[in-house]
Amino acid sequence: MSRHRVGQAGQIDALGSRIAVVGGEEIALFKLTDGEVLAVENRCPHKGGKLSEGMVCGSAVHCPLHDWKIDLRTGQAQAPDEGSVRTYAADVDADGSVWVETAERPDAASALEAARGAGTAPASASGREGRP
Amino acid sequence: MTIPKKLVLVGNGMAGIRCIEHLLKLAPDAYSITVFGAEPHPNYNRIQLSTVLADGGAGLQDIVLNDWSWYEDNGITLHAGHPVASIDTAMRTVTSDQGVSASYDVLLLATGSRAYLLPVPGADKEGVIGFRDIRDCETMLEASRTYRRAAVIGGGLLGLEAARGLLNLGMDVTVVHNSALLMNRQLDPAASLMLQQELEQQGMKFRLNAQTAEITGRKRASGLKFRDGSRLDADLVVMAVGIVPNAELAAAAGIATRRGVIVGDELATSAPGVYALGECAEHDGIAYGLVAPLYEQGAVLAKHLAGVPTEGYKGSVTSTKLKVSGVDVFSAGDYMGGEGSRSLRWQDEVDGVYKKLVVRGDRLEGAVLFGDTSDGAMLFNLIKSGEPIAGREKELLLGFAPGSGGATAASPLERLAAMPDDEIVCGCNGVSKEAVVQAIVSGGCTSLGAIKACTKASASCGGCKPLVEGLLELTAGDAVVQVKEGICGCTALGREEIVEAISSMGLSGVRETMHVLGWSQPEGCSKCRPALNYYLGMLQPGSHRDEKESRFANERYHANIQKDGTFSVVPRIYGGVTSPAELKHIADVAERFRVPLVKFTGGQRLDLLGVRKEDLPRMWEELGMASGSAYGKALRTVKTCVGDTFCRFGTQDAMGMGIRLEKAYERISTPAKFKMAVSGCPRNCAEATIKDFGVVAIDGGWELHAGGNGGVKVRATDLIGVVRTEEEVMEWSGAFLQYYRETASWGERTAHWVERVGIGSIREALASAEERIALNERLQEALATLEDPWKEIVGDPELRKNFEPLAAAGREQA
Repeated sequence: MSRHRVGQAGQIDALGSRIAVVGGEEIALFKLTDGEVLAVENRCPHKGGKLSEGMVCGSAVHCPLHDWKIDLRTGQAQAPDEGSVRTYAADVDADGSVWVETAERPDAASALEAARGAGTAPASASGREGRP
Repeated sequence: MTIPKKLVLVGNGMAGIRCIEHLLKLAPDAYSITVFGAEPHPNYNRIQLSTVLADGGAGLQDIVLNDWSWYEDNGITLHAGHPVASIDTAMRTVTSDQGVSASYDVLLLATGSRAYLLPVPGADKEGVIGFRDIRDCETMLEASRTYRRAAVIGGGLLGLEAARGLLNLGMDVTVVHNSALLMNRQLDPAASLMLQQELEQQGMKFRLNAQTAEITGRKRASGLKFRDGSRLDADLVVMAVGIVPNAELAAAAGIATRRGVIVGDELATSAPGVYALGECAEHDGIAYGLVAPLYEQGAVLAKHLAGVPTEGYKGSVTSTKLKVSGVDVFSAGDYMGGEGSRSLRWQDEVDGVYKKLVVRGDRLEGAVLFGDTSDGAMLFNLIKSGEPIAGREKELLLGFAPGSGGATAASPLERLAAMPDDEIVCGCNGVSKEAVVQAIVSGGCTSLGAIKACTKASASCGGCKPLVEGLLELTAGDAVVQVKEGICGCTALGREEIVEAISSMGLSGVRETMHVLGWSQPEGCSKCRPALNYYLGMLQPGSHRDEKESRFANERYHANIQKDGTFSVVPRIYGGVTSPAELKHIADVAERFRVPLVKFTGGQRLDLLGVRKEDLPRMWEELGMASGSAYGKALRTVKTCVGDTFCRFGTQDAMGMGIRLEKAYERISTPAKFKMAVSGCPRNCAEATIKDFGVVAIDGGWELHAGGNGGVKVRATDLIGVVRTEEEVMEWSGAFLQYYRETASWGERTAHWVERVGIGSIREALASAEERIALNERLQEALATLEDPWKEIVGDPELRKNFEPLAAAGREQA
């Protein structure tokens, strides 16, 4: 597990989003109406749309490409669509810094890259139990 | 609680996983499950590989049936990318090629099949592949980038689908077939020839009656040599002559095999606790290669493993549907007919329809359909059930009873209504009409997607989609009328009620509106938020703060988002009239920003595509031009012809008129995009009669047209009136624009709006000069508040920051 400071909460508009690249992964950071910041993998499980460009409603975002609705807390697509994005723990400290936690997976970037090449994003890599 | 038994599945494909899905429903806790799969992917829909080729590989994600999280959610351990190397039936363990072992109480072999590679010299060369898995697809995609000529050996189902895929990739494709007839194992000669004709029209080439003798070339294949000595050039050779069951693993473990792994009616192999199903299994001498039998086997095995009594697997009657674009072919049962059978044929070369039924005694034994396969499922059921059809033969063939007169031929909906409840609608997943209707009635499904999610109908090959949609229309038709539809799922209020409420209560802001009007979702959704933002802006032009968080990405970033996340930039070029200096300037900027693609749009503008989001503000700054609003619900372009400036037919200054209109209305927000055009004479080269508002010059005046659309459904405009001067054109166009802004629903194009409210009511509303002037005043009020959005962003760091990624600052360990 490692924590990364990715910026100041004030740099994200309410109901808006900014991206940060951490360890080769593009993460979308969203600020909800109440100021809470949530972070997910910036890639819709449907056609890879950039969720950071989507419309934020409550704690969900609508993908800008085909309007899939992704829950920013669970990463799950709303039924009947199926699929999920990776979520990251994010918090804002007393100084207003935004922190994101990533699992210590040195191969994460290359795995993501490989999966992109094959066109089958490991929507939630944690689901690949037993993978060496 | 009993300790779950250990179940190991070898083979992560459609047959095995389908069986596991079934088993999880019947006995969720009975087994702890481990899956080994040779491919590094989750379970995907092999049948739809050809669709992946159709869109250049972008859709791989779409054919995944069970994504990674499904395995996790169901507690299944998945070893993807682990081919199993050995089975020890005595110790009851399997071991992968990477040394991962698992012990089992029950072992399922679903290892599938591979392409049969013709044993000809050169078959091992680079560029010779089968068409079985994602890797083959990737090889094809890659080859299509470098090479042009492809040969597909095999004119059966798989070969033709592969060939169609390669055509889509822009390759020159020849199908080599050893018979004179394509799909000769599924189609009779008449249907086969019709199929060949259709595919030839699509650009496919054929070399029939050809026996491949050798694949020529050095390291990589460069062509085929046939037995008669003739040759064919090809840089990619796809072998699609048949499949071979993957039975070697079982054979090496001492399990009885012939072509495939031999199984009985319970799908049990010769080794205790070991079962086989799918394309690797051989039942009663047959190894099936189609999906429906595999699913039937999966269902039987799942029941058996769950301890539910079954009659066992008794073999399958198969049917085939070819899924290549523009061709509908279906065949089932014994379609050739032989001694003791009679056949009925209907051939219509005008519409390209062919139907043939093979009847033995009073039963339907086989069928071939070409061009119209909507009866396929019904005929297939009759073949399977073996029910007597004596006296109904002609009705089955023609779709209506002869003597009742052809005019009364049953419509597809009537036929659906008459369909028996237990008839199978989706052959791939065995879903009956009753199950679909139940999902609609009790399951509350109101969309194809919902039905698919609920029943799996149309979730595999998709061939039954029209039937499922028909049932939805038939069953839910009334229900939809009874339910009051709001503008979205968050509210039951319609457009008029919302606009009325905002005006009468003086609501301000999207949030307050949703709150006061009792939205079920406090922050709305992507449908209602932009709509409310539009209505508020339209009703309160001076005071409403436009909420960018309630606008789509395109309107937030003032550029069109593309599928790869880049944007396109279209600068405003009034009336489509530019100059050498302006073009040079645009070219300079495009070069500086390394714009990958420059294209003329359909509306006479220049589109600079593939621009990175972070480059947008700088690019606008350097362009120094106004936004062309090509991304928004706003005035897009005013397309013009040359008019009387140069054209010998021109009667008025079309360019001047167009430029004036565009300068007057640019930036205005409209319910949906708004396109205009001005033609200088009735030849109408600017195509003004398919625009939202079109102006056509006549000698001494201007015709005003409205409500046209050249998009999804072409609609010609209605004539609103004829005026004499440019001033009058401005007065009428402004009044029309404002009337549309004030009365249409958000997202409603003028074509739909005109059809909904009637052109008469619009003419009436614009009839009086005072009304037109009042409308124009309100329009001017709205226009007065608008600034060029590009300029605004360029000059405001607070807006500009959103185009940049957050700087990833120092990393600290927790």
